[in-house]
Amino acid sequence: MSSNVNINTGSNTTVSPGGLPSRRNTELAMLVFAVLIPAFAYANVGLAKDGEIPAGMLGYGLGLGVLAGIAHLVVRRWAPYADPLMLPVATLLNGLGLVLIWRLDQEPTITTPALGGAMAPGQLMWSTLGVALALGVLIFLRDHRVLQRYTYISMVVALILLILPMFFPARYGARIWITIPGVGSLQPGEFAKIIIAVFFAGYLMVKRDALALASRRFMGLYLPRGRDLGPILAIWALSLMILIFETDLGTSLLFFGLFVIMLYVATERTSWVVFGLGLSAAGAVAVASFAGHVQSRVDNWLNPLATENGAVTETAQAMYSFGSGGMLGSGLGQGYSRLIGGIAPKSDYILATVGEELGLTGLMAILVLYGLLVERGMRTALAARDPFGKLLAVGLTGAFALQVFVVAGGVTGLIPLTGMTMPFLAQGGSSVIANWALVAILLRISDTARRPAPAPAPSPDAEMTQVVRP
Amino acid sequence: MNKPLRRVAIFCGLLMLSLLLRANWVQFVQAEELSNDKNNRRVAIDRYAQPRGDILTSDGKPITGSTETDSADFKYKRTYKNGELWAPVTGYASQAFGASQLEALNDGILTGDDDRLFFNRTIDMLTGKEQQGGNVVTTLDREAQKAAFEGLGQRKGAVAAIDPQSGAVLALASTPSYDPSSFAGNGEKDSEAWSQLQKGNNPDEPMLNRALRQTYPPGSTFKVVTAAAGLESGKYTLDDKTNSPDPYLLPDSSTKLGNEGDNPACKNASVRVAMQWSCNTVFAKMSDKLGNDEMREMAQKFGYGEDELDIPVRAAESVYPEDNRPQNAMAGIGQASNRATPLQMAMVASAVANDGTLMKPYMVDKLVAPNLNVIEQTDPQEMSEPVSSENAQKLQEAMETVVQDGTGTTAQIPGVTVGGKTGTAQHGENNSKNPYAWFISYAKGEDGNSPVAVAVVIESSDTQRDEISGSKLAAPVATDVMKAVLDNKQ
Repeated sequence: MSSNVNINTGSNTTVSPGGLPSRRNTELAMLVFAVLIPAFAYANVGLAKDGEIPAGMLGYGLGLGVLAGIAHLVVRRWAPYADPLMLPVATLLNGLGLVLIWRLDQEPTITTPALGGAMAPGQLMWSTLGVALALGVLIFLRDHRVLQRYTYISMVVALILLILPMFFPARYGARIWITIPGVGSLQPGEFAKIIIAVFFAGYLMVKRDALALASRRFMGLYLPRGRDLGPILAIWALSLMILIFETDLGTSLLFFGLFVIMLYVATERTSWVVFGLGLSAAGAVAVASFAGHVQSRVDNWLNPLATENGAVTETAQAMYSFGSGGMLGSGLGQGYSRLIGGIAPKSDYILATVGEELGLTGLMAILVLYGLLVERGMRTALAARDPFGKLLAVGLTGAFALQVFVVAGGVTGLIPLTGMTMPFLAQGGSSVIANWALVAILLRISDTARRPAPAPAPSPDAEMTQVVRP
Repeated sequence: MNKPLRRVAIFCGLLMLSLLLRANWVQFVQAEELSNDKNNRRVAIDRYAQPRGDILTSDGKPITGSTETDSADFKYKRTYKNGELWAPVTGYASQAFGASQLEALNDGILTGDDDRLFFNRTIDMLTGKEQQGGNVVTTLDREAQKAAFEGLGQRKGAVAAIDPQSGAVLALASTPSYDPSSFAGNGEKDSEAWSQLQKGNNPDEPMLNRALRQTYPPGSTFKVVTAAAGLESGKYTLDDKTNSPDPYLLPDSSTKLGNEGDNPACKNASVRVAMQWSCNTVFAKMSDKLGNDEMREMAQKFGYGEDELDIPVRAAESVYPEDNRPQNAMAGIGQASNRATPLQMAMVASAVANDGTLMKPYMVDKLVAPNLNVIEQTDPQEMSEPVSSENAQKLQEAMETVVQDGTGTTAQIPGVTVGGKTGTAQHGENNSKNPYAWFISYAKGEDGNSPVAVAVVIESSDTQRDEISGSKLAAPVATDVMKAVLDNKQ
């Protein structure tokens, strides 16, 4: 009887002192799948290629398992209320990415020393570093609002990261790399994506009222004042500069899209979206009309199967990969996505291997996984209690979603191809590390959002509302 | 802030949805088209992933083979036994350059991908065996083909031989020929061999299948068709004299047409005598008297104007022109715009030999599954009946006269009844180019039925111009082919 009464009072209060379930066990169960699926995929490749379970099977499975286990424990200890799906989804994508890269390493024609040899071991190392960085973020960043302090430092760092590659030679046709002799090369754009989201979130949190309220009405739209246009024009100019000098269509699209999304969320003004879309359209048309490489990308997009000097293009090869995969795919290890040639099948075109070997089914599953991660990010933004957290979460998630769309859309021929990598899946150290950091920040925000509020002070009226039974 | 957030979330959802839709479009709607695209290397990789089935002659011996290679993409390569000899039959199957003729038409059977081999494939898959291709059994006679090819020798020309009673193609030779093995792979050597065989680099066009795909003016061999039309019309008989002036003034024209060597026998000659000495004057006048419509109708009954003659490789269309009187008169002796393939002229001979019934030519006897089950068998099919059996026998008499005591005596085979017709077709402006030497014939077996009809054309030759006559160049080749078939029957 008395316990009934307790439950009633509990559900009657607006903030439940018990809070949401932490869902850590759900996460653990999901993680088991996220480790088992890549392990089976690994065995599958070995059986298909050599007819036997690959020798590294146990070490590989255990490695991924230990990595996921440690990550889980850290989350359990330092972010107990974090979203339960993000870590498993990221682990699964990363694990599948490793399998795909290892599988492509089995093709001698695209694993020559000139092309960098086998890439799976390096990628495994980068993944480990990425997870370690993510765990570091979770352990040391106890509250995401700390990041707000670094708004303007973030801006400077982001600008430096974006401008640096201009001074390094172009690789694979895009100037998005910085090469440190003896260490390797870095793709700073991947990190800039996170840092610039921090800057936008901090900046917009402070300026949102000015941007939202001080405006003039013109043709039914609230247009911003000239002085408030400054930052948006600056970002626009920056993304155009990236496009022109670094020949990197994807990154410039990403930053501009990111800014428009965050601006819209901060100000709740549709006029900013219209304004932003107008600017990006103008910029795109202007650049496309004089930048040769953009034109050739557009041509490739319009005529994906056209040959160049009698040779089949990468775009066409990717389309053939997808088409030949059909509904169910050829099976891991049994496709010919290596025909794309060079290093591309492991990086930009890794989805072609998914499409060919796992079929439409596998490709859709992978896309749904990305969608799920985006959905969890958006949910985190909705649940976040502070404006900075909301803005940062929507910025990071939006950037992630845009990147997935731009890469997957480019590879499948939905939009012109741009030089970006599929988060977690594609070969590339910078990308995998940065995306783990991104997931870690989202985990931190979701942990703060879902953490139970401090128990309300005992209400003096509580006694009065007690049910008195005769 | 939540309202715009929700909208952004919906926007991101739409982005993901558009990716899913695109994936479905590419991998489901366009999948078939993309996976079979001619530039998609997977098509060739699949084709050569297992040993290809073989193409066999009528006696069941393979004329193709497969060999394992060390290429990265292609496990096996097509090989040909005596490729030059059989190229007009098999066509080619090249890793780099696709396939043609029987290799292309029966690709599904040869690779084992054909729907009718689904059961075999499933069994192979379940028992863990490599997928196997089926075989294509042709109707080609090994000896006859050899005789035809060797008879042509270094000269440019073609031979087509048919079994008149069934339509089965016994020989199909074309020279100069090519060896499809030379470019069956995908290396540099293959590319070089291929480019040297192309028309632009090789004026002899070795890859042109002259027996099926090239049309020539049939010359005097066409007089058999004209004679058939004359007899069928009832206006002519075999041995009654015709009213034919020599020389003959072409209608509506001032051109006078004469005869080879101004043979006096041609004046008012009967059909038999006109055939015997190949009188232009008689047949040109006959063609004019019958008229363009009647001539065309008869030509079409023999197979002219058929633009979808698939044996199963498609033969070029032979054309009897729709034209004015003088042109029609010339077309009646196989000149003007009258054009025929060697196969077409073999069909003419075969219809006469088969007592007036033309059988549809075919060269694939059956398709055989790897377990030797017959998947498809070609049954002989009647194509048309250009002349009555009575008139056909009269034509046979005339053609036999040609060989016994006429222009075609070089085709005699001791102890065998042979009927034939020579031809020397002029071409080039004002006959400036070497004429084509023609010979069409059939040989009768002991039972009175004819097991073989042949057409031989030799394009141009280094021999003296006036020596180019069907009798001297083409008839010996035809004789060899007929002999080969007759020897095989015994």
